[in-house]
Amino acid sequence: MLNTLALIFIVIGLFFMIVGAIGLIRFPDFYTRVHATGKCDTLGEGMMLFGIILYEGMNLISVKILLLVIFIFVTSPTAVHAILNVAYTHGVEPWKKGDERR
Amino acid sequence: MIDIFHASVIILILTVFICLYRVLAGPGWENRLIAVNTIGTKTIVVLVLVGLIYERPLFLDISIAYAMINFISTLAIAKYLRRGCVC
Amino acid sequence: MIWELDFALLLFMIFCAIAAITVRDLLHATIILSAYSLIMAVIWSEMNAVDVAFTEAAVGAGITTVLFIAAIARTGRRSSD
Repeated sequence: MLNTLALIFIVIGLFFMIVGAIGLIRFPDFYTRVHATGKCDTLGEGMMLFGIILYEGMNLISVKILLLVIFIFVTSPTAVHAILNVAYTHGVEPWKKGDERR
Repeated sequence: MIDIFHASVIILILTVFICLYRVLAGPGWENRLIAVNTIGTKTIVVLVLVGLIYERPLFLDISIAYAMINFISTLAIAKYLRRGCVC
Repeated sequence: MIWELDFALLLFMIFCAIAAITVRDLLHATIILSAYSLIMAVIWSEMNAVDVAFTEAAVGAGITTVLFIAAIARTGRRSSD
């Protein structure tokens, strides 16, 4: 039972990862791309690693993976925010409807 | 269950290749930087899965160090561009 | 040794290396090189060379990128050639 739950979590996490990568390609502008990857990656990551925790059960490996998940949930948005802040101050203006792809 | 990990590692490597297109063709430095950050996040999961396939728990320490390093290098580049000097 | 994983990652590194040379701005080259050494660490750990992967991850992606950035901060982003 636990394995099927882990499988479901891993598949959902994989789906978010793929969607994040496709969003990185298709979106026309820098801000929309960050919009896609910043969130999808953190969530996909958390789900896949949580699936692996369910698969592993209660031992040292799960504790390490839990620490990794918490660490990534804190640092990944922070890094994306740092990039956004720098890009905005460097004058990367957002894309408006009708503009060509940047 | 193990072949599920094999399949997801292969799929994740394909998504890393999709991000590679943005790294190579990205118009400005910011597109490249966000693509490299995405690749770093994806390779952390690849590392954990490969560690699981080989049943070697040491891979988790690598992926934790990897997550920290990826965060630090992104912040270093952002700090350089924001302040003009890193140190 | 999942050989298709190896093959894909090595192909990735070839593209990164070629891109790092052809790009003109040095900051772009540094960003691509940090991706290059990120994937190098995965290849080392995938080949069961665990301590080498640790070193590569710590040195390659971390310190090398920061040192390149410090060098660029001192000199300039436009390469003279």
